[in-house]
Amino acid sequence: MSNLLKNTSLSVNTADKIISDTLHKCDDGELYLEDTKFETVTLDDNKIKSSDYNTDTGYGFRAVTDDVIAYSHSNEISEESLKKSSENLKSTLKSKSGTYNSSIKKTNQKFYKDTDPIETKSLDSKIELLNLMNDYSRSKDASVKQVSASFIGEKKSIEILRSGGELLQDTRPLVRINISMMVEKDGRKETAVFGVGGRQSYDEYLKDDSWKKLCDEAFRIATTNLKSKPSPAGEMKVVLGPGWPAILIHEAIGHGLEGDFNRKKTSAFHNLVGQRVASEGVTIIDDGTLDNRRGSLNIDDEGTPTEKTVLIENGILKNFMQDRLNARLMNTKSTGNGRRENYKHIVLPRMRNTIMLNGNHTQEEMINSVNKGIFAVSFGGGQVDITSGKFVFNCTEAYEIIDGKIGAPLKGATLIGDGPSSLKEVLMVGNDMMLDPGIGTCGKAGQGVPVGVGQPSLLIDNMTVGGTEL
Amino acid sequence: MIKENDYLNTIADQCLSKAKKLGSTEASVFVVNSVSENVNIRNRKLDGSTRSENLGITLTTYIGKKKSSISSSNLNEKNLDNLINRCVESTKITPEDELNSLADKELYFNGDKNLDLYDETILENKQKIDYINEAEEEAFSKKDIVNTNGSGFSQNKSNFVLANSNGFSDGYKTSQFTAYCEVVSKNNGSMERDYEYSSKRFYDDILKPKDLGAKAAELALQKLNPKKIKSEKLNIIFDKRIAKSFLSAFSSAISSSAIARGTTFLKDKLNKKIFNDKINIQDKGDIKKANGSRYFDSEGVKIKPLDLVKNGDLKDFLIDTYNGKKIKLQSNGRSSGSTNLYFLNGSVSFKELLCSGKRILYVNETIGRGSNLITGDYSVGASGLMIENGEFSYPVSEITIAGNLNDIFKNISLANDLEFNYSTNSPTMLVEGMIVGGK
Repeated sequence: MSNLLKNTSLSVNTADKIISDTLHKCDDGELYLEDTKFETVTLDDNKIKSSDYNTDTGYGFRAVTDDVIAYSHSNEISEESLKKSSENLKSTLKSKSGTYNSSIKKTNQKFYKDTDPIETKSLDSKIELLNLMNDYSRSKDASVKQVSASFIGEKKSIEILRSGGELLQDTRPLVRINISMMVEKDGRKETAVFGVGGRQSYDEYLKDDSWKKLCDEAFRIATTNLKSKPSPAGEMKVVLGPGWPAILIHEAIGHGLEGDFNRKKTSAFHNLVGQRVASEGVTIIDDGTLDNRRGSLNIDDEGTPTEKTVLIENGILKNFMQDRLNARLMNTKSTGNGRRENYKHIVLPRMRNTIMLNGNHTQEEMINSVNKGIFAVSFGGGQVDITSGKFVFNCTEAYEIIDGKIGAPLKGATLIGDGPSSLKEVLMVGNDMMLDPGIGTCGKAGQGVPVGVGQPSLLIDNMTVGGTEL
Repeated sequence: MIKENDYLNTIADQCLSKAKKLGSTEASVFVVNSVSENVNIRNRKLDGSTRSENLGITLTTYIGKKKSSISSSNLNEKNLDNLINRCVESTKITPEDELNSLADKELYFNGDKNLDLYDETILENKQKIDYINEAEEEAFSKKDIVNTNGSGFSQNKSNFVLANSNGFSDGYKTSQFTAYCEVVSKNNGSMERDYEYSSKRFYDDILKPKDLGAKAAELALQKLNPKKIKSEKLNIIFDKRIAKSFLSAFSSAISSSAIARGTTFLKDKLNKKIFNDKINIQDKGDIKKANGSRYFDSEGVKIKPLDLVKNGDLKDFLIDTYNGKKIKLQSNGRSSGSTNLYFLNGSVSFKELLCSGKRILYVNETIGRGSNLITGDYSVGASGLMIENGEFSYPVSEITIAGNLNDIFKNISLANDLEFNYSTNSPTMLVEGMIVGGK
């Protein structure tokens, strides 16, 4: 029973008719309906800067034949609008003919509750807590000159209506609590950002005054950076800390293993299935099934149940991440990685929670083994060129390693590497796997989707560090 | 077809009067409609087409000095009523901020709208496909261009109305035509990609398809079989498409919100030298047909032309109403950011810039975020070409370049080849003495 058509002038029967009429000669397609509620409450510069509430409702109508995608979306859910979209799709695909594949696996799997984070915590109590975070942060030390804190919450309901009357539904809560801080001492300024989140109500992240830990962590990073010195430039050994630094894997390896780039043969990995792409002991999965994680989904945005997909097993490339279109064209099955930012966008194969599994080394062993290198604990963000395989990321917390010991903190260095070769340079995999705090958003083709990452500590033999000290 | 002003005005009026009825003392509303049509091709074959239609409102209500906002794409009357109610209720419990207000009436735009920002041209999908096919055809005619990452053409039209309880109500149509081509080159096991794009308000102004395809191919071919160079201090020439990113960092660093919050390395630099004497930067919203042109900002304030940097001195900020009050300066119509922001031309030719040293690194692509606006620290991944004795010699990749914007700004020299291809534009730029991280 469709909930999202209930308050519109479009009846389920009429919608079904238009869908079947449009898609019967196509290979695939669906009507995707979405209703999103979104809020941000922000404190900045000692004041509540905004309390914004947004609702967005709309549909995206997709028809796919062969490798051609026709897409039309609108926020007017009506028979007239849908018919106009239908004509548009038909005209794009008029010279093509396909066979509709109606099989889609059903699931009852649930990795998060059907909760509405915006309504389960009052605006009053959000404002009160933001003020507490501000006061607490500023009282820590006179060097704290600026504090921003925010609650960002969302409830997204989606429905997928396929030709033949099949209906798939999901309701996805998502929250994020953020704090950023600027400290100033002796004429130097530094900032730090810290946050936490996932697919649960805010209060799950606020038990036992744990918001204080967010403030403490932002303060720790910012004050550490006050003492930072210029980063060296050149090739050296790099130890990555556990958790969030796994965006290295996301950028260096993850994007290159998405189905579209491999079907189109523009990924540096497209002909490497079954071959060694990482050192022995390196196993990487993409998992949509972790409870309450930011990158988890019950079903993907095409209705395929998500799963735990093994990408690299003990160094050997096993699988790509697939949506329905790329899977069909590559004669394989969708892995439940078909995602879109919202109804305004087409589906692309995207990561969920991308994780490197544990090895058997300790972080201490890694650091002790390095004569000259850097220890990277946290990153701001990264980017990759899929075709050449080159990727970068910016350190927000890093230290020099000298003679097996952690030394001074280093100023914002950039690390650059080559995706296909970097994981072959992994010398040790740690035994301290950690997931990130739930803050990642991945951008691709102008679409942002929430993702997770995780990894143990890693020792990489050789990466280029971009600093100012020669 | 996009909606006319009458239609958008009716919605705006409804929102304002409903908000007033529910107890808001001031309100402002933004109603926007846009229709865009895109086609994508790959290997000279249709890959997909998308039609997007959006209609939405954003409403901000005030009760005295309290403020709250809602936005929605669901304009059915019942939903809108609920939302406006919610907005006013939220306003009541949001703490006061004495700086909250609509913009001053005296600053509102009320001039002529003669900048030519809307092209009536409507292209059929077939015309768009033919256009971009011709571009890929041209790219594929070059040896070693073996694949494409996809090329596309989009036509975007939009109309909006901004209205507030101070009596401001205005809006206008804009259009944007964009073509891009991204191709893959391959040779001796090396695979590289690059792109060219052109985006203009008028269809006739975008790059011709053959030129678009040829440029994308040339750039992708240039990158093949790159070398990694050793870590060293070098003079760097930034291609125009990268040089403009320094202006973007500059504009973020002089926004009144960054100045008011103290979170910028340019905080105390008004009337001080931040570039060398030869550098001048302007921001002008009134250039005919230009991508960054607009009549007023998101508060209805007219766009004042600004000399941001004169002979190297910082002369102005980008100011909105709220943050302006905080730093005791009047809004200059920049609540939506910069408009057409550009460096004035330098005095040497492109060729002279290339010949300005024995060995110079030419950077035409960077990846990564780059600038820390609080400290001015700059560090990105880069690729490009080595210039030896004024000639392009070999491609370079997998390196980083780093410095601090305080120093970089003082060490800039500009060529005299400024063009208005984007909303932020720079001539080709030489920066002396940057640190390259490599082998």
